[in-house]
Amino acid sequence: MLQISAPLKKILLILFITAIAVLVDLPSEFNLFGRKFIRPNLDLKLGRFEIKKNLDLTLGLDLAGGSHLVFETDTSKIPSDKRKTAIEGVRGVIEKRVNLFGVSEPSVQTSEFEGKDRILVELPGVKDTQAAVGLIGKTAQLVFAEMIEIPGEAGATPSATLKLTDLTGADLQTADVVFDRETGKPAISIQFTKEGGEKFAEITQRNVKKSLPIILDDAILSAPIVQEEITGGSAQISGSFTLDEAKNLAIQLNAGALPVPIKLVEERTVGAILGVESINKSVKAGLIGVGMVLLFMLLAYGKLGLVADAGLLIFGILTLAIYKLGGVVLTLPGIAGFLLSIGMAVDSNILIFERFKEERKNRPIPDALEISFGRAWDSIRDANVATIITSLVLMNPLNFSFLNSSGPVRGFAITLLFGIIISLFTGIVVSRNLLRIFIKEKND
Amino acid sequence: MIDWMRYRVIYFAISAVVIGVGVFSLFKWGLSLGIDFTGGTILEYRLPDGGTKIIKGSLIDQTKREEIKEEIVRFENVGPAIGPELIKKTLYALIISAVAILLWIAYQFKSIKFGISATLATLHDSFVLLGSFALLGHFFGAEVDFLFVTAMLTILSFSVHDTIVVYDRIRESQKKFGGNLYDLANKAISETMVRSLNNSFTIIFMLVALVLLGGETIRWFAVALLIGTISGTYSSPFVAVPILVTWDEIEKKLRLRK
Repeated sequence: MLQISAPLKKILLILFITAIAVLVDLPSEFNLFGRKFIRPNLDLKLGRFEIKKNLDLTLGLDLAGGSHLVFETDTSKIPSDKRKTAIEGVRGVIEKRVNLFGVSEPSVQTSEFEGKDRILVELPGVKDTQAAVGLIGKTAQLVFAEMIEIPGEAGATPSATLKLTDLTGADLQTADVVFDRETGKPAISIQFTKEGGEKFAEITQRNVKKSLPIILDDAILSAPIVQEEITGGSAQISGSFTLDEAKNLAIQLNAGALPVPIKLVEERTVGAILGVESINKSVKAGLIGVGMVLLFMLLAYGKLGLVADAGLLIFGILTLAIYKLGGVVLTLPGIAGFLLSIGMAVDSNILIFERFKEERKNRPIPDALEISFGRAWDSIRDANVATIITSLVLMNPLNFSFLNSSGPVRGFAITLLFGIIISLFTGIVVSRNLLRIFIKEKND
Repeated sequence: MIDWMRYRVIYFAISAVVIGVGVFSLFKWGLSLGIDFTGGTILEYRLPDGGTKIIKGSLIDQTKREEIKEEIVRFENVGPAIGPELIKKTLYALIISAVAILLWIAYQFKSIKFGISATLATLHDSFVLLGSFALLGHFFGAEVDFLFVTAMLTILSFSVHDTIVVYDRIRESQKKFGGNLYDLANKAISETMVRSLNNSFTIIFMLVALVLLGGETIRWFAVALLIGTISGTYSSPFVAVPILVTWDEIEKKLRLRK
């Protein structure tokens, strides 16, 4: 009967896992031998559990193109106990606005550092960043005002002053872009809530034949003359908007006003084309680098090097699969981190092989192998813990406000961390079992 | 066996010269800080021939951006408040990493001497990197940005990585054969030299490929990692271990005098 040795079993298991990883690694569509293949996404049902996962690699803004915006909130006029609520409010409003703007998978986060509150907005694939900034950054505080005449001295022109009413953007149910029936220009049609409609009726009744200024962020949008009391609970604002302005205003009114003003302090926008170029360049650099590492190991360690190379290929395949399954967002520094971890992944093998050269002088080869693995492990563990510590500090997984949380740095740290952990596995488990098999065959 | 420790003075002198040049450059020219630190704007747009042109400046306003008719491929605008924050956060990250690694080594090798000498070696590498970038910034326009900061932290762990491998050999021989630190250090360095060089080669291959082919955005980042890797490889046997041995000798002399 065919005996399967323990190392062989392990290798078969590793190969099986690698084969699955290869499936995961495949692009969603590819051509092979003139035929077109489509890789299915993960969709498993295990009893009550259902695992669904899109297996496309998630690219960061610097590779996919898009905008990274940082806004600073001005909470100077808010009592400190209400600051947190205000910031959350800002975040919520921005999120609504961005969603209404139609960005796929936006991310809106808050960050705090030494008393400064920031909102980080990531908009993948957005082309017109300026429109997005205008949309997000505007407070959009809508107020209806009345004109109160001040009786002047005889002969002087009568003057008037604005008096704000309690009818504001908060009383809106919905806002839509419409075209004015008379002028054909874009306008905003608003529908008040029930309470808002009552307020509006009251105000219009008070101000028949007078002007009723509509104010947005301290500027008068329009000042229509009220013809009669309006009871329907709806109104129309016809300022001199362009269509885009009208659309943005409708979104802002629907999403609500920002509780506090914000201002843009940082913007990074990358065009999609630049991203594609970056990917191509780093893939090329990566392939050449990997080729050199593989060749070097072969030249320096001969057959042992071949084992290390096999381990390295398995490392690459597994790592990419784990990026996909773990939802790692790949950025340009992230690719650098991955390539760096390939350079480091062979380190454990080099440590073991150098040790093996020494031990082989004193003992039979199989013993020397086991001893080398055992002794080298201490160094490998201690040395890698140091790198893991640093990558955790860079990654800042718990979002400590006193540490960096910017996307590119984090992207680099995550790929480096994953790389080190997986390299420990391939460097030790994979190479060890491969070597056991080769050496056993040699002895037989 | 090679008596590595006999030439300690030479190693210290080499490091002193390299760091001296670096510190001189730092004082003379300073680092050329990117917009991540100073605030400002970078605008890159495509030229008709397919290349791109980069405009850098203090905050470019939106109108200037609209004037450019070509396709804008990159636009970065950083407010003045971000820089000081980045410096603070970097310092915190450096301190946390350095202290955590120091404690880890001190715990693993049951001696604060090991921890501190390893940390001094990483400090050495940080200075080499900073000094190099003062030079590179002056002559080749290399800018210090947040990726540089990342590189510096990564180098911290690289350098320690190599040092730990040597320390580990010292610890192992100490348990097995005993003897004084001077001889153990010589033995450990001889045993790990090939490994250390080979490992650095593989990392250097990767980084050289990135520097040459990886594109503009990460070129200086890869250069920073490359300088750090070379310095880190040097500093383990020629800075960390000599400091450790020297410290040990001074300690013994002081003890004898008492």
